[in-house]
Amino acid sequence: MQMLQYRTAALAGFATQCWWGGIKVMVFAAFYGGSAVAGAASPMSLAQAITYTWLAQGLLVLLPWLADPEVAQAVRTGAVAYDRLRPVDAYVLWFARSAGWIAARLLPRAALMAAFAAVALPLAGLGEWAWQLPASAAAGMAFLLSAGLALLLSTAMVMLLNVAATAALNERGISAVVTPVVIVFSGNLLPLALLPDGWQTALLVQPLAGLFDIPARLYFGQLSGWHALVGLGLQCFWIGLLAASGHLAMGRTMRSLQVQGG
Amino acid sequence: MGSLALFFRLMAASIGGQARYPASALLLTLGQFLGTGIELVAVWALFHRFGEVQGWAIGEVALFYGLVNCMFAIADALGRGFDVLGTEFLRTGTFDRLLLRPRPLALQLMGHDVRISRLGRLLQGVSVLAFATVQAHIAWTPGAVVLALFALAGGIALFLGILVLQGTLSFWTVESLEIANVLTYGGVQAAQYPLALYAQWFRRVLTFIVPLACVAYYPALAILGKPDPLGAPAWLGMVSPLAGFAFLAAAFGAWRLGLRRYASTGS
Repeated sequence: MQMLQYRTAALAGFATQCWWGGIKVMVFAAFYGGSAVAGAASPMSLAQAITYTWLAQGLLVLLPWLADPEVAQAVRTGAVAYDRLRPVDAYVLWFARSAGWIAARLLPRAALMAAFAAVALPLAGLGEWAWQLPASAAAGMAFLLSAGLALLLSTAMVMLLNVAATAALNERGISAVVTPVVIVFSGNLLPLALLPDGWQTALLVQPLAGLFDIPARLYFGQLSGWHALVGLGLQCFWIGLLAASGHLAMGRTMRSLQVQGG
Repeated sequence: MGSLALFFRLMAASIGGQARYPASALLLTLGQFLGTGIELVAVWALFHRFGEVQGWAIGEVALFYGLVNCMFAIADALGRGFDVLGTEFLRTGTFDRLLLRPRPLALQLMGHDVRISRLGRLLQGVSVLAFATVQAHIAWTPGAVVLALFALAGGIALFLGILVLQGTLSFWTVESLEIANVLTYGGVQAAQYPLALYAQWFRRVLTFIVPLACVAYYPALAILGKPDPLGAPAWLGMVSPLAGFAFLAAAFGAWRLGLRRYASTGS
């Protein structure tokens, strides 16, 4: 029964995501369909904007707005003391755990979303609203590689949130501040390319673009060849930087953390 | 004590409790203000790039956006009790205590937890309405004000009805299910844009099943003095908010059915 309820909750979440995506698709279609000028004013086609929307819904779990609940609980219950005693680096241990936590939620949801938007929608006669294939096989491979990096990047950010939640003993306030920022700058709200032209460079080099927007650009073949390497490099750069600072911050927090018996 | 007096008493108690921690209440309100405001970034950016959408300017769309956010903010503050019915009342057995009191159940639930932080969304909605007024040159004649308040009341009733249905569902599931989010948050999202943009089947759903269009789209057209591109008559906006009250009444009908089925969990 409990399992069933979790499954119902997961399906409810999925239904919400489909609804969200559907409304976005209709709004995009309305904006693009308005006039011939509209299509020209846009750096991406309607079909790309629609595919971007479904991709964003499928990869939603990658967005780091919550600390790993297990870590938060370990700190609250004192179980964190055991992790400190293990002969491995606590950061690496938690990093692996959090990456697994994200991946476990990511894969089924992405698969469901693909089944809905790439298979069910065309079958229902809504082909123009469907999730399209990547620009080429190479683009698809680059996308998969980049999505893997996005998972690591997401984990590095969740680790920073974990450390912050450990220090504050409460993750709700942090997540309230982080969530809107993440949604806008990862490209989940709107393809970053559709934001004003003057912002594009800044939008591309900030770390949150690596969560979703860079993989999506690779998918469409907008970043190809040399540029694709730069995009992947940018993701690696931010993973390295954020993981290093997370490691440092965690060491510092752990030293000052007091485990109260139990 | 009269039912209404009791309701205000409960509401005051709930708000008073939150006011004991002013910093926390303020931060939560600010969080709601920012969190609910991010959709605006998308609306603004799309208009910035495309200029207009099928003849609608940003000021006109802002009227829909502001209206529907005000409706939901108020309904959400009042309806918390229904929202958490499964987890906070049915599972714990607290619900039996409410049943024993000789006061209307719905009022007890509505006064249960009136959230100050919902002011954040309300504040955002009101600011967007102010923006719409300036951008679309809306003349707030007494008639328009009355119509807007009528639409607001209908919208609050509609969203409250959705929350009541969500609560009703938990009589069967003993759990507060997220599926209602499709209608609450998803409804807010859908009603933020003019109905005319959507596909026909979706417009029908929003008019006849969950009548969001009746409380937001048609009244807003009447306020703007804009003819419906789909050809609905102008007077429709003057009466359509009634659909919100009808929806609430239907929701309470379902609620009574659920209540009859209720058996305590025994905890």
